Amino acid sequence: MEISPIFFYLFSGLAIAFALMTVLKKNPVTSAFSLVMVFFCFAGIYAMLGAHLVAALQILVYAGAIMVLFIFVIMLVNADIPSLDLARSSLFLKFVAGALSLVLLASLVWVFHGFKQVIPAGPFTVAAIEKAGGNTQVVSEMLFSSYLLPFELTSILLLAAIIGAVALAKRQAPKSKLAIDRGVKR
Amino acid sequence: MDSFDFIVMIIKVLFVGMLMVSMAPVMAWVERRGSALIQNRLGPNRMGPLGLFQSVCDGIKFAFKEDMISSHVNKFYYVLAPLVSLVPAFMTFAVVPFASNLVYEGHEIRFQVANLNVGLLYVISIASLGVYGIIIAGWASNNKYALLGSLRSSSQMISYELSMGLALVGAILCYSSLDLNTVALYQGQTLIELGGFAIPKWGILLQPLGFLIFCTAAFAETNRLPFDLPEGESEIVAGYHLEYGSLKFSMFMMAEYANMFTASAMMVTLYFGGYQLFPGMHWLLEMMNLSGLSADIARVAFEMVSFFVKCAFFMWFYVWVRWTLPRFRYDQLMDLGWRVMLPLSLINILLTGVLVYYGVI
Amino acid sequence: MLVKAKTSLTQRFYIFDIVKGLYITMKNMLFAKKVTIQFPEERRNYSNRYRGLHYIKATNGVENCTACMLCPTVCPAECIHIEAGERPDKEKYPVKFEIDVLRCCFCGMCEEACPKDAIKLSNIYEMTVTQRTIYEKDFLVEQRGSK
Repeated sequence: MEISPIFFYLFSGLAIAFALMTVLKKNPVTSAFSLVMVFFCFAGIYAMLGAHLVAALQILVYAGAIMVLFIFVIMLVNADIPSLDLARSSLFLKFVAGALSLVLLASLVWVFHGFKQVIPAGPFTVAAIEKAGGNTQVVSEMLFSSYLLPFELTSILLLAAIIGAVALAKRQAPKSKLAIDRGVKR
Repeated sequence: MDSFDFIVMIIKVLFVGMLMVSMAPVMAWVERRGSALIQNRLGPNRMGPLGLFQSVCDGIKFAFKEDMISSHVNKFYYVLAPLVSLVPAFMTFAVVPFASNLVYEGHEIRFQVANLNVGLLYVISIASLGVYGIIIAGWASNNKYALLGSLRSSSQMISYELSMGLALVGAILCYSSLDLNTVALYQGQTLIELGGFAIPKWGILLQPLGFLIFCTAAFAETNRLPFDLPEGESEIVAGYHLEYGSLKFSMFMMAEYANMFTASAMMVTLYFGGYQLFPGMHWLLEMMNLSGLSADIARVAFEMVSFFVKCAFFMWFYVWVRWTLPRFRYDQLMDLGWRVMLPLSLINILLTGVLVYYGVI
Repeated sequence: MLVKAKTSLTQRFYIFDIVKGLYITMKNMLFAKKVTIQFPEERRNYSNRYRGLHYIKATNGVENCTACMLCPTVCPAECIHIEAGERPDKEKYPVKFEIDVLRCCFCGMCEEACPKDAIKLSNIYEMTVTQRTIYEKDFLVEQRGSK
């Protein structure tokens, strides 16, 4: 599948712009929504690469579920007061942050220096995937054969997280007399 | 892609787009007349035949009303919110097939705007974005009731998305595909032959429990009664669209009806055979005794009729339920979502898995 | 203390009761008699004693009123204004007879007080106007009822 260069530059440019907005904007709600847009642009790029499953999951999981929770929390705690105000941080912190980001940029440049387009080889060319019944089929077959153990371990990890969350949330507060009188459960 | 395919594509996009846009006025009329008839009244019947042009009047009223923006709102997000809820609502229908493929002079015409092999996931993921419009609207309005409405809607949508997705897992196990066209084709098979009368293999017969869960979750996802907590006009005035008027409000209405239509189309495609003909229509088609291209066109026309009739029934079902059931209380809603629907959908997956493993389905 | 009503097993599944409710609404929609009255074409029948638009009864083309001032006296809303005059045959008659409808409370006390059976409240209830209106004598002497 050919990536149309116009759409690639559109999506990647938008992704960078919104990523910058996520970091630089002081309003947390704006940052959160910019992050949603970043996920969207990523999904667009994935879809152009022929990875429809990843694109759909990107929107479903990140934009549709996780960011909703983020925004939920931001709105609930009403975090209008910027806790990370740039003007309040010290000169030393600014210097360290700048230096670290330069290091990150340098390492990225070093990694991708002389990077040539790698055509996927072996069983994972676009044509082979199409022939095997599409993305979903191939991913699920891999997931339930070669990568079964990591998959199951991940699910156990998630289960542990859920149980932990329930245990924290369910911690019994002393019931008020009114609640007992009314026969309120929980 | 040559020019013929391109023109066909544009026609398809226009058709689906117009369908979505026209859904709001038509459904507004159905809702008003339907509610009136259910409550032993007559409803609006003065404008045009049967009062059909009442919606046109409403539209004109919406368009010419003063477009007020309160001074205390966050203007950018306030204007953005109706758009954010409208766009995903219009996007979702793109992958729903409304007739089977037609071959015309070597060109294969698909009656589906986009043929994705992850169609089902696409619908769920885009539909889950609809909540952003409501959240932004509630937050940008800078109003207690609006914020309460949007908080309610987001928690409700997250809760019911879960059981909806799990109900769909059962269906996916049956059809073993995420492509909605394949799903619709699968349901064209015969389940049992009863004395010359073939009972088709529709999803409702394979997944009755799954359909029940999906249907309930779809009501919650589209914020329709009995789950219209985000609006709850008796408790929080009008919820998230409290501060909106004129065209912006009508955009929320359009998004709601478009979402309803997509949910109906999904119910039809997954559980009621999609564009598969009603039992008996095959016989009618054979009676017409056509051949070649005209036979194909007649088949497509029949399929479109049966698809849209099924959808229309579910749209009516939404209205019917709305004027039958009262609104849930908030804790009842959460109880139902987490303590009834979620375990039920898990049981459904287990049962379906066992049945699929032993080759019953 | 909140006592929860006992719910039967079928009720706890919701679904049967929902179906029952859907049946009831559908029955109402299809078969129940509609209560709406299509107003301009159909009209509700009002009783003869309904007190609507005012008029002054006349016999042989001459109004019964003798400007005795009993009705403005009894009127609790003080909406009737009469100026008396004299005809050539020494008969007293109202030169001016005005009713401020916005003040009128349609109590019908003028009708009861009138010794000459002149002022009447008819059956007519459509009296919508677009501006503040005072009924003049010319308007009131139109015979629009049979009381």
